[in-house]
Amino acid sequence: MSKIKAENVNVYYGSKQALFDVSIDIAEKEVTALIGPSGCGKSTFLRCLNRMNDVIEICRVEGSIKMDNLELNSRKLDVVRLRENVGMVFQKPNPFPKTIYENVAYGPTIHGIAQSKEEMDQIVETSLKKAALWNEVKDRLDEIGTGLSGGQQQRLCIARAISVSPEVILMDEPCSALDPIATAQIEELIDDLKKEVTIVIVTHSMSQAARVSQKTGFFHLGKLIEFGPTDKIFKNPDNQQTQDYITGRFG
Amino acid sequence: MNLILVTFIILLAFTSYYFGRKKALVIQSSQRLTALPKFYGYYLAAWCAAPALIIFALWSVFEPSIVKTFILQDYTDQNLTKNELQLIYTKVKALAAGTYTGNITNFLDESANKYIQLKGIANSAKVAIILAILIFSLSFAYRSVQKNDRMREPVEIFLKWVLFVASLGAVLVTIGIVFSLLFEAIRFFQAVKIFDFIFGTHWYPAKTFVRDGQPDPELMKDAFGAVPLFAGTFFIAFIAMCVAIPIGLLSGIYLSEYAGRGVRKYAKPIIEILAGIPTVVYGFFAALTVGPFVKEIGNAMGLEVSAESALAAGAVMGVMIIPFISSLSDDVMTAVPQSLRDGSYAMGATKSETVKKVIFPAALPGIVGSILLAVSRAIGETMIVVMASGLAANLTMNPLESTSTITAQIVVILIGDQQFGDPKTQSAFALGISLFIVTLFLNVIALSVVKKYREKYE
Ligand SMILES: Nc1ncnc2c1ncn2[C@@H]1O[C@H](COP(=O)(O)OP(=O)(O)OP(=O)(O)O)[C@@H](O)[C@H]1O
Ligand SMILES: [Mg+2]
Repeated sequence: MSKIKAENVNVYYGSKQALFDVSIDIAEKEVTALIGPSGCGKSTFLRCLNRMNDVIEICRVEGSIKMDNLELNSRKLDVVRLRENVGMVFQKPNPFPKTIYENVAYGPTIHGIAQSKEEMDQIVETSLKKAALWNEVKDRLDEIGTGLSGGQQQRLCIARAISVSPEVILMDEPCSALDPIATAQIEELIDDLKKEVTIVIVTHSMSQAARVSQKTGFFHLGKLIEFGPTDKIFKNPDNQQTQDYITGRFG
Repeated sequence: MNLILVTFIILLAFTSYYFGRKKALVIQSSQRLTALPKFYGYYLAAWCAAPALIIFALWSVFEPSIVKTFILQDYTDQNLTKNELQLIYTKVKALAAGTYTGNITNFLDESANKYIQLKGIANSAKVAIILAILIFSLSFAYRSVQKNDRMREPVEIFLKWVLFVASLGAVLVTIGIVFSLLFEAIRFFQAVKIFDFIFGTHWYPAKTFVRDGQPDPELMKDAFGAVPLFAGTFFIAFIAMCVAIPIGLLSGIYLSEYAGRGVRKYAKPIIEILAGIPTVVYGFFAALTVGPFVKEIGNAMGLEVSAESALAAGAVMGVMIIPFISSLSDDVMTAVPQSLRDGSYAMGATKSETVKKVIFPAALPGIVGSILLAVSRAIGETMIVVMASGLAANLTMNPLESTSTITAQIVVILIGDQQFGDPKTQSAFALGISLFIVTLFLNVIALSVVKKYREKYE
C-alpha cells in the first residue's frame, strides 16, 4: 500500500533548481532507501516530506506530494500536525541541551499527548526501549543528553522522533557519524521499527541500503534515475548509471 | 635629542629588516634557508631595535634620580628635610632652564652649573652607549644571519616576549590603579570609621568643611554614611534594568529568530548606534525631556514629582543599555547551532516554542553574561545620574524623588575646591573602591554562572 505519493516534484533554491520532476511511491511499513552521489538532492527530497524546506528562506517546492491522500505541498496544510506524524532523524545527532528525559518528552509535551506525569514517564520509557537505549540510560534520565556518546545520542534522537508515535520516520544519513557497532544497533532498530512505521532513509552506504531497505531509489543530479525493489536495484538495475554507481564506478 | 635617537633606532631597524631579507635571498643561492627570508629581516630588526630601546628606556628612567643624587650631595651637611631638598632641586632645575625668578645665591648658581654639566655628560654618554649597543648587537645578529643559523625560533621567542611585556604592562597598570585607590581609601578610613561608612545613612560630606582647623570628629561620624548612595545606585540600576532587560531580550529574540535577512541587516546596526551615543547626550535628554515629562504626567495624576527623578534617570539609562542586551543576546542566540532548531521544528514545534524551549535555554549562559555586563554598566554610569537625578543623596525608594549614586557623588566631591588630605576628597577613593568591589563581584558571578551553564550544556 502506498503511504506517500510524490508527483513531479521540482525544488528550487533561489534560481537554482535542485530537484527535477521527481515522482516516487513510498510504500507503507517498508524501508525505502535513497542513494546517490553527494549533492544530488536526496536531503532536499527528504525535507519535502515533512516540509522542513520551509525553514530555508530561499527554497521553493513545486508539484504534488500526497500522504494518505492529504496534499502536503499546500499552504493550508497544518505543518505542526504533519511533523507530529512525520518524524525526522538527522545526519549529526542533535539532542537538545536538556536532560535525557526532557529530550524524549519534548514532542509529547508540545503536542499535549500525555495527560499525566505517569503517562509521560511511560511514553519516555517505551520510546527509549524501542530505541534500544533504555538499559543504558534508565538510571540517569536527568543527565544532559549531549553528554552521551555519539551512537547513544543518535538513538536518543530516534527515541525523540518516535515518542509522538509518527507514521513516517525520515532519516538523513543517520549512521554517518557512528562506528560500526552503533551502526549495527541502529540498523537493527530500523528493522524493528518498520513493523509499525514507514521509514525513508538516505544513506551513502550501499551495503546499508541493501541490508535495511525493501525499496531503493537512485538519485543523480536532482533526478530520480531509478526506483524499485532493493534486490533488483542491486542485482540487475535497468539503468546503466545506477549500475555504475552501485558497483562504485562513479560517485 | 631623545626623539632623534629613537627615530634613528627605529629607522635603522627598518633598514636592517630589508637588509636581512636581501641577505637571505643571497644565502638562498648557495644553501637552504632555515626560514622564510622575512624571518631573517625580523631577526636583524629585532636585534637592532630591542636592546637599544630597552637600554634607552632604562636610562631615561634612572638618569633623573642619579643626577638628583649628585646635585643634592652638596647639601647633605645642611640638615635639610626631604621637602626642603625637593624644593632646592626644583629651583636648581628651573635655574638651569632659565625660568627661575627668585633671588639667586652663589650656591644655587653653582649647583645649576653642575646640573647643566651633568646633563651634558649624561646625554653624550647615552648616545655613545646606545650607538655602541647598536653596533654590537647588529654585528652579533649579522654574524648569525651569515652563518645561516635558525631564524624562526628566535623571532617567535622575541614576539612571545613582546606580547608578554604588553600584557604585563596592562596588568601592572590595573594593579597600580587598584592599589592607589586602596591606599587613599585606607587613609580615609583612618579618619572615618569603616562601620560609619558602610552602615551610616546620612551622606553630607560638605558638612565637614571647616576653614582652618580640624573638623569635629562628631561631624565626621555623621557625614559619610554611604547607605543612601548604595541604595540610590542599585535603585537606579534596577529601574534601568526593568526597562532594558525586557526590551533588549525581546528585540534580541526578534532579531535572531524572527526577522528576515533584510530587516536584520538594517535593524541591528540601528540598534547598535544607540550604544554609540555619548552618555552626556542621554544625560541631557533625560534632564531636559524625560524629567519634565515625568514630572508633568505625575502632576497631572496628582503626584508629587521632583524635576530630577530617579525614574527619569533610570529609564533613560535603561534605553542606553538596551543595545548591549539586545545585540549580545542576538549574537548568542544566533550562535545556537541550526541543527537544534531543525530538531525542534522537525518535532512539530512552532517558532515560539522552539525559542522558549530550545534556543533560549541553550543561549542562557550568554544571555545572563550580557545582562550582568549591562548591570555593571548601569552601576558605573555617571553622566545621566548627575544630570537627571540630582546630587542630593536622599535615602528613598520612591522613584519620583531625586536620589544620587556613588558615581555622581564622586563627581560632586572632585569638582570644585578640594584639598588632597581632606577626608572629603579621600571619601571619593573609598567610594571608588566600593564601586570597584561591587562590579568585580558582579563580574565574578557572571563568569561563574556562565561557566556552570557551559559545563552543563557541553
Ligand atoms: N540551503 C540551501 N541553499 C542553497 N542550495 C542548497 C541548499 N541546500 C542544498 N542546496 C543545493 O541543492 C542541491 C542538493 O542538495 P542536497 O543537500 O539535497 O544533496 P544531498 O543529496 O543530500 O547531498 P549529500 O549526500 O552530500 O548530503 C545541492 O546542489 C546543494 O548545493
Ligand atoms: Mg544530504
